[in-house]
Amino acid sequence: MQPYSTTNKPLISDPAAPNRLTLIVVSLVVLWPLLELAEFQPWLLFKPENIEVLGNFLVQFIPPNTETDFLLIVLVATIETLAMATAGIALAILIAVPLGLIISNSLSISRIGPGSNYLLSKFARYIARFLMLVLRGIPEIVWALLLVRVFGLGPTAGVLAIAITYGGMLSKVYSEILESGNTLPARALLVSGSGRLAAFLYGQLPSTAQELASYTVYRWECAIRASVVAGFVGAGGLGQLMDQSMKMLNGGEVSTILVVFFLLVLLADNVSLLIRKQLE
Amino acid sequence: MGCIVQNVSFKHANGTHALRNISLSVNSGESIAIIGASGSGKTTLLNLLATALKPTAGFIEHNGKDPWQISKKDLKELRSTIGTVYQSPPIPTQQRVVTAILAGRLGQWPLWKSVVSLIYPLDILGSHTCLERLQLGDRLFDRCDCLSGGQLQRVGVARVLYQAPDLLLADEPVSAMDPVLSDLVIGQLIDETNSRDATLIASLHAVDIALRWFPRIIGIKNGEMAFDLPSTEVTEKMLKELYSSEMGELPKQANTVV
Amino acid sequence: MSTLKHSMTAQKFCVKCLVILSIISGLIVWSFIYLGLNPIQFFSFFADSNIAPFITRFFSPDLSTPFLLRIGSGILETLSISAISTLLASIISLGLALPTAGRFGPYAKSISRFICNFLRSVPELVWATIMVLAVGLGPFAGTLALTIHTAGVLGRLFGETLENHSSINNTALINSGSGKVAAFLYGTLPGIYPQLLSYSLYRWEMNIRMATILGFVGAGGLGQMLFYELSLLREPKASTIIVAMLFLVMVVDAFSNKLRAAQTHSMG
Repeated sequence: MQPYSTTNKPLISDPAAPNRLTLIVVSLVVLWPLLELAEFQPWLLFKPENIEVLGNFLVQFIPPNTETDFLLIVLVATIETLAMATAGIALAILIAVPLGLIISNSLSISRIGPGSNYLLSKFARYIARFLMLVLRGIPEIVWALLLVRVFGLGPTAGVLAIAITYGGMLSKVYSEILESGNTLPARALLVSGSGRLAAFLYGQLPSTAQELASYTVYRWECAIRASVVAGFVGAGGLGQLMDQSMKMLNGGEVSTILVVFFLLVLLADNVSLLIRKQLE
Repeated sequence: MGCIVQNVSFKHANGTHALRNISLSVNSGESIAIIGASGSGKTTLLNLLATALKPTAGFIEHNGKDPWQISKKDLKELRSTIGTVYQSPPIPTQQRVVTAILAGRLGQWPLWKSVVSLIYPLDILGSHTCLERLQLGDRLFDRCDCLSGGQLQRVGVARVLYQAPDLLLADEPVSAMDPVLSDLVIGQLIDETNSRDATLIASLHAVDIALRWFPRIIGIKNGEMAFDLPSTEVTEKMLKELYSSEMGELPKQANTVV
Repeated sequence: MSTLKHSMTAQKFCVKCLVILSIISGLIVWSFIYLGLNPIQFFSFFADSNIAPFITRFFSPDLSTPFLLRIGSGILETLSISAISTLLASIISLGLALPTAGRFGPYAKSISRFICNFLRSVPELVWATIMVLAVGLGPFAGTLALTIHTAGVLGRLFGETLENHSSINNTALINSGSGKVAAFLYGTLPGIYPQLLSYSLYRWEMNIRMATILGFVGAGGLGQMLFYELSLLREPKASTIIVAMLFLVMVVDAFSNKLRAAQTHSMG
């Protein structure tokens, strides 16, 4: 049904065709070594011995282990995870507040005018920023692993790991919130000679308190997940329990812990939403 | 394609009647213009004929088949023989003109052909021919967001020309065009349907275009059929009554704001 | 009269936040007590002779060429894991997006939303442990784990983008006889494609970080190397790996910042 063309030979060609062809070829050329490096062998999924191992494990998922003894252990671990997250965030705030105050340009006295320690403060700010980057950049699980070596197995390592990484994260976000809000009141105070802390408390805290608190509560919710992850390397809580159950290939226990984990995350989600609504 | 519209009404979800008790019959190969004031129900009637809307009362038949009583497969086949030119062409802005035109035959192509055409357009010649008929051939590989309103409308028309449907519906197809282009486009639509004995039903706002090009005129007022006559029998009085809500002047090409 | 109202509203605000503050502080103090953490303990710990040499060993990283080469291949492995998993997940999510946005009816929508939520709620580490069971140690397990998790995340994001997008173009194509898949490719995809790409790139950035962590359960990359070296108490090698991790994160951060700036610039 083509009444308008008498031949099938295109007289014009698509100007985008060469670029698209190059893109496709380059993508394939790059993709091949990537697949090699990632040892991408989908047929492994179908090897009978692998299917057997995984199958046995998954089959035990139903029914989940609901023996009272085990449930009590899970409950204790859950409370431990909650406590870890809360304590971790509390310490993180202790680290983040001074760090954030140092970093914020809006609270910088030296930026306002020439002073004897202009270079020193700039240097201090760079050091603080670098410290913040290191704290954030190293994943919490690495910190957890190192701290487990130092403090032994148990929640102490987890609390500190969260405190360190989240301290870094919170300080960055705090400084961003402080810099993006209305900086004039704080500046006015700094210009009239007040110290940095006073300028923060009176000039910026009233207007940014809600946002700071809201983000902190959100991070507490994330800290609960992070506590579980840290547990995998021996930092206690639900994570350590799940790691142990997985190493024993006990599917029933793992599924119970997973269900409890989902419920915990759901609870934390709702609690944090509630608190943040109250703050508004 | 022959159509029968039998006592069709359409009521919106909020209760307002867009169309009330419309009946008409269309023979294969006819060219009909639908005219009426803004909001009179022209677009609703076209949407009903395009099987985009289901009548709340009455029925419509295409070649003897009611689109809402046939199987999904048959409906898909039926729809591939119905082409609609929209007032505001439903084309993604980042898409290239050639892809937008080729989309007209998606109902007739197997899936693999559609997918391959996305990467390399398989029928450049065909799409170019349709576009060239509307004097826009040099823009075949441009992105649609580089076109003016009138040019984009022409791309929408080119898509339907490429589809080569048995029933061609047009909803205010030249609203954004100047008189010369309007004549070109309407002329092409009429040529197209005449050469293949297809049916053309177009809703138009400019009355003089309707009277000049179309042998049969249907007037709609407030959702009801005002008249259904050969264009030679349409009087000035009828037109004035039809447009009584439009501030006294009859909408013509000359006094349409582009 | 109005000043009285003012002071009353101010008081109401204060009481609420005071209550919240006291509850939170109470919970914080309880957490410390429950865990038996005594802040003073920390400082006495550092005075302990075992710790100091452990930390100092970290400050002499192993910079020998063969080891640096191994780190280089570890970085490439990590990048591959993240790239392949993000790519696969995007393709899968494109398929998941249609039912999630309701294009196949309300039942399909609930089912696919549940699947997406399940896939993303299970932490990546758990997926990685399960995948190690399925295919053995190594980067393939990590790739599978990240693919599954990211498919859940992107599936939901893609679905929401699709849902918020107008379906006019899509409907017009269906009404001229097109099948659902073709109508999606020609009518909807061109409009949502930039947003989907943006989500995928963002997710790739996060997956690079994740890929380093997954190694801890044996899923390849820098993480697996670090776990190995620390288990053998080879701190100098471990510290080099940590520096490499930091370096990778910083480079990716900087690169994505530049990319984001370029994107917004071209749209402006």
